[in-house]
Parts: sequence; structure tokens; C-alpha cells
Amino acid sequence: MLIELKDVSYLYSRDTVYEVRALDHVNLAVEEGRFIGVIGHTGSGKSTLIQHMNGLMKPTEGHVFFEGEDIWAEKYDLRKLRTSVGLVFQYPENQLFETDVLTDVMFGPKNKGLSETEARERAVSALKDVGVGEKHFKTSPFELSGGQKRRVAIAGVLAMDPKVLILDEPTAGLDPRGRDEILGRIQRLREERGITVILVSHSMEDVAEYADRLIVVNNGKIPYDGSPREVFSRYEELEGMGLAAPEITYVMHELRRRGFPVDVTADTVAEAKESILKELKGGRKRA
Amino acid sequence: MGIIRAVKLAFDYIKYGEDDAGSEKVRALDQVDLDVEKGQFIAILGHNGSGKSTLAKHINALLVPTEGSMWVDGIDTSSEEELWHIRQKAGMVFQNPDNQIIGTVVEEDVGFGPENIGVPTPEIWRRVEDALDRVGMLAHRSKSPNKLSGGQKQRVAIAGVVAMRPECIVLDEPTAMLDPNGRKDVIQTVRELNEKEGVTAILITHYMEEVIFADRVIVMDQGRVVMQGTPREIFSRVEELKALRLDVPQVTELAYELKKAGVPLADGILTREELVEALCSLN
Amino acid sequence: MLKDITLGQYYPSDSILHKLDPRVKFIGTLVFIIALFLVRGPVGYAFATAVLAALILLSRVPVKFMLKGMKAILLILIVTMLFNMLLTPGEPLFSFWILTVTKEGLVTAVRMALRLIYLVIGSSIMTLTTTPNQLTDGMEALFSPLKKLHVPVHEIAMMMSIALRFIPILMEETDKIMKAQIARGADFESGNFIRRIKNMIPLLVPLFVSAFRRANDLAMAMEARCYHGGEGRTQMKPLIYAGRDRTAYFLIVLFLAGAVVLGILGL
Repeated sequence: MLIELKDVSYLYSRDTVYEVRALDHVNLAVEEGRFIGVIGHTGSGKSTLIQHMNGLMKPTEGHVFFEGEDIWAEKYDLRKLRTSVGLVFQYPENQLFETDVLTDVMFGPKNKGLSETEARERAVSALKDVGVGEKHFKTSPFELSGGQKRRVAIAGVLAMDPKVLILDEPTAGLDPRGRDEILGRIQRLREERGITVILVSHSMEDVAEYADRLIVVNNGKIPYDGSPREVFSRYEELEGMGLAAPEITYVMHELRRRGFPVDVTADTVAEAKESILKELKGGRKRA
Repeated sequence: MGIIRAVKLAFDYIKYGEDDAGSEKVRALDQVDLDVEKGQFIAILGHNGSGKSTLAKHINALLVPTEGSMWVDGIDTSSEEELWHIRQKAGMVFQNPDNQIIGTVVEEDVGFGPENIGVPTPEIWRRVEDALDRVGMLAHRSKSPNKLSGGQKQRVAIAGVVAMRPECIVLDEPTAMLDPNGRKDVIQTVRELNEKEGVTAILITHYMEEVIFADRVIVMDQGRVVMQGTPREIFSRVEELKALRLDVPQVTELAYELKKAGVPLADGILTREELVEALCSLN
Repeated sequence: MLKDITLGQYYPSDSILHKLDPRVKFIGTLVFIIALFLVRGPVGYAFATAVLAALILLSRVPVKFMLKGMKAILLILIVTMLFNMLLTPGEPLFSFWILTVTKEGLVTAVRMALRLIYLVIGSSIMTLTTTPNQLTDGMEALFSPLKKLHVPVHEIAMMMSIALRFIPILMEETDKIMKAQIARGADFESGNFIRRIKNMIPLLVPLFVSAFRRANDLAMAMEARCYHGGEGRTQMKPLIYAGRDRTAYFLIVLFLAGAVVLGILGL
């Protein structure tokens, strides 16, 4: 098991009247090579959850394990953990600081203790992975477009060569093309490198499209954990948590209600198309 | 004449090259014609850098045209004496909710605009209460903006504009930084203002679901208006939109894909009800 | 966490002190500070103590909030006391090693300590009972005569209130950037002084960039809402003196007179 949370709770303002249980006895195991989607409304505890995975937050109760080791055990190297579990925060372009793109991306690998040459190699390959061309390497990161900045910032984490890449809403504020570009790149990384991806997203359409496992966070707990199809079949409960299912799910359920025997678990355009076409043809044959 | 009118509007900005290698003029808007009727709800689409924000800033006279002209309620925006008048008539809401709230208390922020245009004190109070009520934030009037969610902050920003009694409200990607619930609340608020109060609304957004209620959609690319029409007309041109780096709502895309596969559906289906209805009538 | 720090230590309540006009409180605090330097003898200090105690009671703010401010000045307090005790020449009380404590020294030390403590408590009563906004409004009104000397009073007050709004936001942002850089392996904790300063660059550069961007956005948003300086501006919450404010001014004058008399008499 790559990452494991055992009975983890996290309390803000502990022992005061303002005490808030941001995580409530959470148990979670992350297997290698998965693309995991995390959904939950603002304040549900999902940010707290992902910050526990790379040791940025320490559980008030419970234990966090990385590759079987308790990360809060004495002498555990947290800095090393953070290079293995790469965390890309929301609006990561806000962390860019160097005079040029390449040097900025080299920051992570250098902190890991790599030599200048090795760090450069890593940075170059990470920038390639996110689709930032060589002509931009020597530009100031502040002169790039919004989408480019975002990709450079993601490269900054990728360059540490993490086993797990956690992204907190990596597409927030981008235009549709920018969104597809980033998610497509991440998908490819996972396919080509076997990197484990954890994607926090507000877009049900995106997690339905990319994730093979979906975790729902609500009130510091994980009420649902399964394939997107399974989770979205509980769309009524999800709505009660301030969430929703993809538009497609609603269309399919409505069609079923109207006597159209389509596959209600279809949650992407492609799946829905296939199911509807099948039924239309079948329907015609029957008629 | 419409409330907002642009005629052959062009805008250049100067881009300074690296190492002082000289500067170049960049044309951000080119040959833009626009005519918006009072009370309409207009949505502007376009990828980042297509010129939509630049156009929005012209309506509020934050920018003035390099060539051509822009009129708001019959006033030329380049006339300096009318500057504050124009800004009162055309309010603006920006993308980042944190960077447009000035007051440390919600009600004081809403009062900021009226204070600037010299509204007498008792009238400010009336307007502030009224504006907060319309955006559904009256209960939060004495809170610090820092304690509000993103969607609530944007509604406060809208109230700040409403309190100036504008003819028109321009929203520049007001939902880009919000979560789905915040987004819904903000769009709902704008629609209500438009429908109930007749305030002309101009919404710039990247979310295709937000534009299906608009009276008219304008698509921009490279500083030009490249498509214009009702949402149905625009969203029936799926290939063109994709070529412009834009999306269509998921339902529209499904309908489009089905049609491509030979299912006899109408063009530009926008809502799930429409799609379900159309499919059921086939079966 | 950083965002837990709230600037301006306002304590909400509806005591008479909370209701007073900020201008009255500002002038009252000033007078109290002057009085602290006028009185010298035990009667004078007893008088100041009594007034201070009455104010604390009137404010309905728990005493522990008043004492919070003391932590910050503890070091200054101890150093001043030691210096005064040891370095004032006069009649020796007791001595050990090369240090001698004189009677005059002890008296001065106690007097200085009292002044310092009362000064801190006195001004915290003002900040605890006045919202930062009222405080800026009050100062703008009080200093408005300076506008004639081309001092940009309105602009300074506006800057102060914007700072008050943005400090918590920037604090939160610092927290976020710090975490993001830690996630990239940055180290803000180890190393010597120079090293640590150098390590701050990945935090400071993004923070400045963000602050500038915010300033730019905010300036535009203010312009879009017709802000053009203080001229022709009306106020949503103008400061108007009420009966209690006049009474308060009267009491402040009485207090000042008392302090002057006690000071002259040297009691």
C-alpha cells in the first residue's frame, strides 16, 4: 500500500469552544497507479485530508503510513516524503519566484539534494511533460500566460520525481482548453510513468472522465468511496452534501424514468452516447 | 440606440520588449461593433487572451478606445467630464472576490460606491440595505468580508454595484474562482437582477452552463467578435466553438454526438429536459 | 496558524466606552498619557490608578485582555526598571557585588514601571473598545485641519483601513505559500541566520508579487466604483457627537485639571 491513513482525526482549535473536527476517524488506503478523484464541498475537509498525505499536517489522532512506514515516527525523514508525495496546491502559480522558468522548476530537485546537472535534467524533462517548450525556459515565469504559469508550477512539483502526485483543483480559473490540456497531461503521466494521481476537483464531469476511483469527503468523513459509476449512482445523497453528479447522469436517470432502458451508470458523454445508440437501435428492432 | 454601443472599436496597448529592446503595439481589440438593448442579458465567451476583459473595461471607462468609440447610455466614454457618470451607470464586478472588497465590514463596503458619488447619508443607508437584501446578504451586513465564502463575497461585490443604481452591470469572470454552489448563487443573483429589476447584464465566463440563459451570446477571438447569436444558435455550431478553444455544455455535446451518429435531433439542444424530451419522442 | 492572529484587538461589547465617539476616546487617551507624565507623588498615582480602574470597569472588557498587551513590553519593562534602580545616584539601600540599589533609584524605577504599565493599559482600553474602522474615521476627523497644510489626511486614513482589510488576507497567503514551498522541499527552519534569510526568498518574492497584483486589482476596483479621493465624498457613518460625548469631554477636562494641580503640588 502506498499511502494509508488509519483512524485519522484532525482538530482545529483543540480544547476550545471553537473546536472543529476537520477529519473524523478517517481510514483510507491509496494503491499504486490509481487515478483517484476527491470531491467534497468547500470546507468538507478535503484540503485537510490531502495535507495529511505528505506530512504538511499532523493528525491529532491516528496514524499516516507511506510505503508501510509511520511518517510521524521519530527520525522519519519528512522532507524526503514530500518529494515522494508531490502536492500541487490551488493556484500553484502563486509560488513561482525565480528569475526564469527553468531555475524555478529546479528548486524542488535541488532541495532534494540533487546536483545542478541532475536538477537541470529533471527540470527539463518535467517541463516537457507539462508541455512547456524550450523557448520559454529562460523567460521570467511572471511573463507567461495564466495556463503556462500553472503548468510551470506543476512541473516544479513533478521535477522532484514523486511517486504520488496530488493536485488541488489544478484547473481552477482556466479556460476550457487550458483545463483539458492540464488534465490530459496528467492522464498521460499516469499512463506512461505509472505515477499515482490524486485529483481534488469541483468538476464532476472531470472526475467522471479521468478517475478510476472516487472519494467523497463530507463533514470530515468519507461517506462514499468507489468507482465514479458507483458513487454517482448515489446522486441524490450527493446533492444532500452540496455536491452533484455529472449532467449526463441526470439525463440517463431521466431517460430511464421515462421508460428508456438506458445504462444509468454511464457518466461521460462517450458512455452515454454508446448506451443511447444501443437502446435506440434495439428499440427500433423491437418495434 | 442601445444602452451600450461600440462602433469600430479598437484598442492598442504597448508591450515593452525584453532588455528594453523597444516596444511594440499590440492590438487587443479590433473592429468591435456592439449594440446592447436595455434590459438584455448578454454573455461573452472567448478563451484567455481573446480580448473579452479588455472589452469589458471599455464599458466602465477603465479603458478608452484607441480608435472607434464606445457609448454608454448615449454618453461617449472618452469624455472626461462624464467619467464618474459613466462609472455610476455601468458597474463592474471582477474575478477575484478578495481584491475588490474595500470595506472591513460588509455594509460599509456596499456603501463605498454611494459615498464616492456623494449620496446623502440617510439615502446611503437605504440603498445599502436594499442592495444587500436583493443579493440575499442582508443577514451578513455587519460581518467582516474575511468571514464569508467566495460566493458570498461576490454577492457583496454585486451589492456594492447595485447600491450605485446602475443601468448596467458588467461581470468579468465573476465565478472563475468559486465552487459550484457559489457559482450557482452568483449566477442566480445576476439573473434575478436582470429579470426583476431590468438591469442590463453583461457576463463574461468560461462556464458554458452559465450562458444558456442569456438573450444573446457573443464569442470573441483575437480581439474580434467572431460569433453572435442566441445560445441555441451559438451552441449548434459545435465544431466552430471547438476550433476557438471553447467547450459546449455536456448535454449539447451529447446531443451533437448522437446527431453525428445518425440520431435525428435538432441542433443546439441546451438543457437535459430538452434532450430527454427529444429522445423520448423518437422512441 | 497565522490566520488566527487578528489585528486590532477589538473586544465586542456594548459598554458606554464602546459607544463613545472615537474622537473622544482618542483625545481622552492622549490626555491620560500626558497626565501620567504630570503627576509625580503617591497621591497623583493613586488618582491615575482610580481613574484607570474606573475605565476598566466601564469598558466591560475582561482584565486579562488588558494584560495581554503587557507581554509585549515585559522585556522593556524589566530593562528600564533595572537601569533606573542601579544607575540612579543617591542614598544606597543595599548592595551586592558591584551593584548598588539606591532609594532614589527604586522610587524612579517604580514610577517608570507604573507609567509604562498604565500607558499600555490606557491605550489598550481605546483599541479594545473601538473598531479599527472607527479609529481611522476618528483620526481622519481629528487631523482634518491638517488638510489645509496639504497633508493627505483622507488618503492616509484610507490606506490604514485598506491595510486593516488586507493584513489577514496576506497572512493567510503567507501560510499558503509557505506550505507550497515546503511541499517543494523548502526548509524554513534550519541553518544559520544568513542561510535562513536566503531561504526566505521563495516565500518573500511570491508574497510581494501577490501583494502588487492585489494592489493593482484593488485600485482598479476602487476606480470602477467612482473613487476619486476625499473630495465630494459623503459618509455612510459620519461622526456626530452625542450628549454622552460632551459629558465625556467635560470629565476629561476635569481629569486633566486634577492632574495638573497634583503635578504642581508634587503630591
